[in-house]
Amino acid sequence: MALLEVREVTKKFGQLVANDRISFSVEEGSIVGLIGPNGAGKTTLFNCISGLFKPEGGQVVFDGKDITGEPPYRIARMGAVRTFQVVRPLKDMSVLENVLVGAFLRTSDRGEALTRAEECLRLCNLTAYRDRMAGDLPIGGKKRLEMARALATGPRLLMLDEVMAGLNTTELKAALDVILRLRDSGITLMVVEHVMEGIMPIADKVVVLDGGTKIAEDIPARIVRDERVIEAYLGAKYGRRLKNGTQGGSRD
Amino acid sequence: MMNTKVIDLKDALWLLLLAVLALLPLVPFVSGSFFGMHVLILVLLFASMAQAWNIIGGYCGQVSFGHSVFFGIGAYGAGMAVVTYGGLPWGGILAGMVLAAVVAVIISYPCFKLTGHYFAIATFAIVEIFNRAFLVWEWVGGALGLDYPVIEEGLANLMWYETKEGYYYCALGLFVIVFGIVRWLESHRFGYYMRAVREGQETAESLGVNSTAVKLGAMAISAALAALCGSFFVQYNLRVDPPMVMSLDMSMKFVLVTILGGSGTLAGPLLGAAVLIPLQEYTRAFWGGLGGGVDLMIFGVLIIVIVIKEPAGIIGILAGIGKSLARRGGTAQGGA
Amino acid sequence: METFAQVVLDGLLSGMVYALVAAGLCLIWGVMDVINFAHGEYLMIAMYVSYWLGFLANIDPVVSVIAAGVFIFIIGALTYLLIIRYTVGKPPLAALLATFGLAMFLKNLCLNRFSPNFLILSDTWLGGKTFQLGGLIFPAPQLAAAALALIVVGLVYLLINSTRFGWAVQATAMDREAAELMGIDTERIYILIFGIGGACVGIAGGIMPSYLAVHPEVGSLFGLIAFVCVAMGGFGSIPGAFLAGLLVGVAEALAGFYIAPVFKYIAVFGLYLAVVFLRPKGIFGW
Repeated sequence: MALLEVREVTKKFGQLVANDRISFSVEEGSIVGLIGPNGAGKTTLFNCISGLFKPEGGQVVFDGKDITGEPPYRIARMGAVRTFQVVRPLKDMSVLENVLVGAFLRTSDRGEALTRAEECLRLCNLTAYRDRMAGDLPIGGKKRLEMARALATGPRLLMLDEVMAGLNTTELKAALDVILRLRDSGITLMVVEHVMEGIMPIADKVVVLDGGTKIAEDIPARIVRDERVIEAYLGAKYGRRLKNGTQGGSRD
Repeated sequence: MMNTKVIDLKDALWLLLLAVLALLPLVPFVSGSFFGMHVLILVLLFASMAQAWNIIGGYCGQVSFGHSVFFGIGAYGAGMAVVTYGGLPWGGILAGMVLAAVVAVIISYPCFKLTGHYFAIATFAIVEIFNRAFLVWEWVGGALGLDYPVIEEGLANLMWYETKEGYYYCALGLFVIVFGIVRWLESHRFGYYMRAVREGQETAESLGVNSTAVKLGAMAISAALAALCGSFFVQYNLRVDPPMVMSLDMSMKFVLVTILGGSGTLAGPLLGAAVLIPLQEYTRAFWGGLGGGVDLMIFGVLIIVIVIKEPAGIIGILAGIGKSLARRGGTAQGGA
Repeated sequence: METFAQVVLDGLLSGMVYALVAAGLCLIWGVMDVINFAHGEYLMIAMYVSYWLGFLANIDPVVSVIAAGVFIFIIGALTYLLIIRYTVGKPPLAALLATFGLAMFLKNLCLNRFSPNFLILSDTWLGGKTFQLGGLIFPAPQLAAAALALIVVGLVYLLINSTRFGWAVQATAMDREAAELMGIDTERIYILIFGIGGACVGIAGGIMPSYLAVHPEVGSLFGLIAFVCVAMGGFGSIPGAFLAGLLVGVAEALAGFYIAPVFKYIAVFGLYLAVVFLRPKGIFGW
């Protein structure tokens, strides 16, 4: 059975339909990429799944339980935790303390929480910044902090919202490495990305949104050859590049 | 882990401070001065009040101007136990704390849906409502208030007439209880959750923190401790009426002492009280004769200056001095 | 029925004055997102200005209104220049606490200079006079104050909504940086807004000695009521503050008459809580 099932989820803002009957599922232990051009409704969908928004229609089922409209903290406690695209550090707390807040979800013991937090800091390359105020981190550090903090909650499903945007090639490689390691440790991942090349090599499945609707759902190899995806999202030029097998860092 | 078991330097300093405070009345010069003891007692009381407010206002970031209501409930709890029912204050103190926590939760629940100034003004409104309701409520003494009868002094009745030592040690006890609780909270899960809610409610929720529960819990603890301070206040004044305890000015004292000392820090409330209270009491003593009000004029200007110059409070000033000293020390060493 | 109408009328008359006091605060809050805690003390000072002009120079409050308005305009502008300017960019509470300090200073300055006694101006033009119309009694001073309030609030509303200056104010309120890029001197706008906000409450305070005693504590309650009106009306909405002022005036009069005088303010503050619990951003807020 799938760990997360999104069934016909619809979210409207007045006249604007941000998500129109979107359905897909995320299998346990897999990496699912959620891509689409700006304004496709990716972050809105994330907000619907994580409880920040209440969808007007449809259901979100996590681990066999209907979580539609549950408050965010309850969804997080069940094990579905997300990061924010626009980073939200707890500014006047140190980097370690930020991660501790996450770590306290599974234990009330400070020692245990510390061990877990330090581990997550190491995994996300933040140990050097441990005692800095989170508000003072450079943007790359803040992105990694988002991830470390979510990770510290011990999630079953980790939902990453554009954590790779703005990274250079080396950083991107390191980030992909971390994601793969997380998957190997048993965490299911759903990754929203604008940088398509980033997610393609590691995803088991890619869901493509455009204009609020799902236009494709398939393995990456077929996604890059999907006519609609190329048209809607990549534009003719980019599509050709990918078809020819060019991979690597995004250039724009 | 390194900092779990061993007492760190900061805690050692606090213990040292407590030892000094405990021995202070044994110094003849201090204990001989009735006024000096009075000021010390007020410093400890206001530090405790500010620390109680600091839980919800500083750590949890919900700026309440309603704490005089809880303070008043505590004062009336003790006052009614002694005056109305002729008993010992202790049951009333406990009842006042519990009642304050319950009232706090009931009124905060709808208020937490308000943001910014709307929340602040709602808490003002609640103070005014309580103030006036108590003025006409015969059962609690109405506008006349409650006057303590002359009864036997001592710890059982929590009352002394001739000397101030008894009150001093009670105030110190109060200080230890309130600061101890906040110190404990600071290093445990609830303390981290409070700060997370202050820094970003949605972020905290995304990490599994039930922010409503955290805010209500913080408010309940804060209110109960404010009530405890209120019952000490009434035992010390031997009288209570609504404007004395449930007023906007009293609420402001909770906020001002904390913010001027440094909100969201353990030492801030003590620093605020240690600077502001002696200043208030001594300006009153020195300039009180000049037609009244001069002490509060100076106080008003001082508030303006501190808020404008150092929004982090006195603790911010100290941190600044510490930093520049360290820098100077560093360059001196470098030069030598 | 007649008594009821009379009580409502009295409520409406005092409500209009609340609306004028609140309009000044509302302007400052709307444009700068600052709660001026010394607003009630502005009113108190305006009352003293009017009182002393009447007592020493025999000028009637109806005339002194102008002097009081100008005087508080200056005090308002000075408050911005000396205090509020330095709280920009600091925690949101900074301005509130600083103006609380100012309120404390002003209140005690008047206490020190003028004693805590209630000062009453006798033999004013309007004092004690009444009109009768359709069985209702209109006390002349309150009627004049209400009429003045109506005119001033109307003028402020027009100033903000249909002049070039008002357009600049609205732009500044929405986005200070963008307004500056459009060539608006936002610093000047802030000074003027504080001045005009002060002038509103100055005018209200100027007329009041016709029917109200002056003392150092007189402003505190008016200040609180103004906060309540502004928040009840909704962020920066002058029509909202006006409507809230009337509601507050009527609620106060009804509760005072039909329950007991002490319940006046329980009703007022209770009304505020009821409104914001239903509409957390006030009647006209969004």
